[in-house]
Amino acid sequence: MDLLEDTGTGGNAPEFSVSEISGAVKGTIERSFGFIRVRGEIGRVSRPSSGHIYFDLKDDRAVLAAVSWKGQATKLQVRPEEGMEVIATGKLTTFPGQSKYQMIVEDIAPAGAGALMAMLEKRKAALAAEGLFDSARKRPLPYLPGVIGVVTSPSGAVIRDILHRLRDRFPRQVLVWPVAVQGEACASQVANAIRGFNALEPGGAIPRPDLIIVARGGGSIEDLWGFNEEIVVRAAAGSRIPLISAVGHETDTTLIDYAADRRAPTPTAAAELAVPVRLELIAQIQNFGARLSRAGTAAVTLRGQRLRDLARALPSADSLLSGPAQRLDSAWLRLGSALKGRTGDARVRLAQAGGAMQPRVLRQGLEERARRVGLAGEAMARGEARLLRDRGRDLREATARLAPRRLVERLDRPRDHLAALDARLRAVAKAGVTAEARRVAAVGRMLEGLGYERTLQRGYAVVRAGDAVVTTVAAAEKAAMLEIQFADGRMNVGGKAIKKAGKSDEPEQGNLF
Amino acid sequence: MTDKPVEEMSFEEAIKELESLVGRLEHGEVALDESIRLYERGAALKKRCEAKLKEAEEKVAQITMNESGQATGTKPFDA
Repeated sequence: MDLLEDTGTGGNAPEFSVSEISGAVKGTIERSFGFIRVRGEIGRVSRPSSGHIYFDLKDDRAVLAAVSWKGQATKLQVRPEEGMEVIATGKLTTFPGQSKYQMIVEDIAPAGAGALMAMLEKRKAALAAEGLFDSARKRPLPYLPGVIGVVTSPSGAVIRDILHRLRDRFPRQVLVWPVAVQGEACASQVANAIRGFNALEPGGAIPRPDLIIVARGGGSIEDLWGFNEEIVVRAAAGSRIPLISAVGHETDTTLIDYAADRRAPTPTAAAELAVPVRLELIAQIQNFGARLSRAGTAAVTLRGQRLRDLARALPSADSLLSGPAQRLDSAWLRLGSALKGRTGDARVRLAQAGGAMQPRVLRQGLEERARRVGLAGEAMARGEARLLRDRGRDLREATARLAPRRLVERLDRPRDHLAALDARLRAVAKAGVTAEARRVAAVGRMLEGLGYERTLQRGYAVVRAGDAVVTTVAAAEKAAMLEIQFADGRMNVGGKAIKKAGKSDEPEQGNLF
Repeated sequence: MTDKPVEEMSFEEAIKELESLVGRLEHGEVALDESIRLYERGAALKKRCEAKLKEAEEKVAQITMNESGQATGTKPFDA
């Protein structure tokens, strides 16, 4: 009943299959949202090998699944990255297989320059922290590169500007590596080109550049965005070939500028950094050539001049040689006669010596020597016998002298000597003590004579007040009691009474005057 | 002064040495033998520099690539 009633109550409504209703929803959504722009933050991004890009768009309350199909993905102005604030353009559709709806994204634009700049600053700081912008990494540019590699668009003003300026300054061999200079493909192509130039073998079929220029004309920040991408920055920083970046106008700065070895404000300026001016170099070489000839000639002429100066100062050969020549002449003249004289002398001496050389003379000498040898032999024999005899006698005498009695005698003698010395020592000590006693008595007497006591016997007296000796009237007047020492003892005198007696004397003396 | 053969020198090496060599020679404090040697080397360096300056032919080519983006060769470039 319930079932029947149920079917009965819904009887008016059409009945859909799942596919039918899903299809209907899909149609409705696609018609209603066929072209939309959605602003939001990019969430999780996944890039499977299929080439499609899947990501989320989100705000604080909702999430919208988004996909960019392979064909479209490469044309995106901005590569979607997590955290990026963007405005995505596209349409809504559904995915009936999972009861889902999602946005097909055809283009992504950063949501305002502020958001983009904030992201750029963050990326720049991260890459700088890695050391990719360190000045120590920078390579010097070659003075005159033989081959210059240019990474840029093959069509457009940029490559023409560069070639033109190179032609003006110093025509060189140029290799253009064509790349897209904006859009999704830009970053990967530029990075590939930088790596590609570095990968070329020196001396290979394609000449390896001595210098790379990465160039692009001016554009909006979005146009130049590829040159801010991490892969480009890393490729530039890793380039073993010195690299000049020239992206945008003077005021545009992209991250590749920080990683490049030099930054040129414009592509034309890059060409100026790349090569010197040939005509200036020719002039310079000619100048060096002229200076070389001048200095080389001067080196010779200056020395020639000096040689001539020195030659003038040299004395003439005649004056140097005349003295020795004269000495030679005179020596020559004396040589003949001296030689003659010398041979004459020698001849005379030879004759003399020859006269003495006769056999008789020699024999006499020999006989005399033989006789002296015989005599010496006899004397030696006699001497030997006498020597033996003498030594024997000496020995016997010495043996006789060796008797114990003599040793005892030699001991007794020192013993007697010791006793005598002892007696002498005692006598001397005694005498010494007596003499010292006498000296003490004498000194005592001397002391008495020098002391004041002896003076007392001659009529002097010592006046004291207490322990102090009184030597002035003034001191005596002050004392209460005076003690007078005579030779035979001491007595006390009342100070005042004596003072009065003194005073009474004084006026009498005063009257005399 | 390097002993590198002049024929193997880059333009920059040659012009640098030429400059310092001219300076030494002008100073006049080198022995005669040495100054003659310097002069001869200077002349060779100058010749080397001039030869390098003569190699000033413009050649522009474009890199050609395979599908994976690797350089395969060059073709004439027409801007």
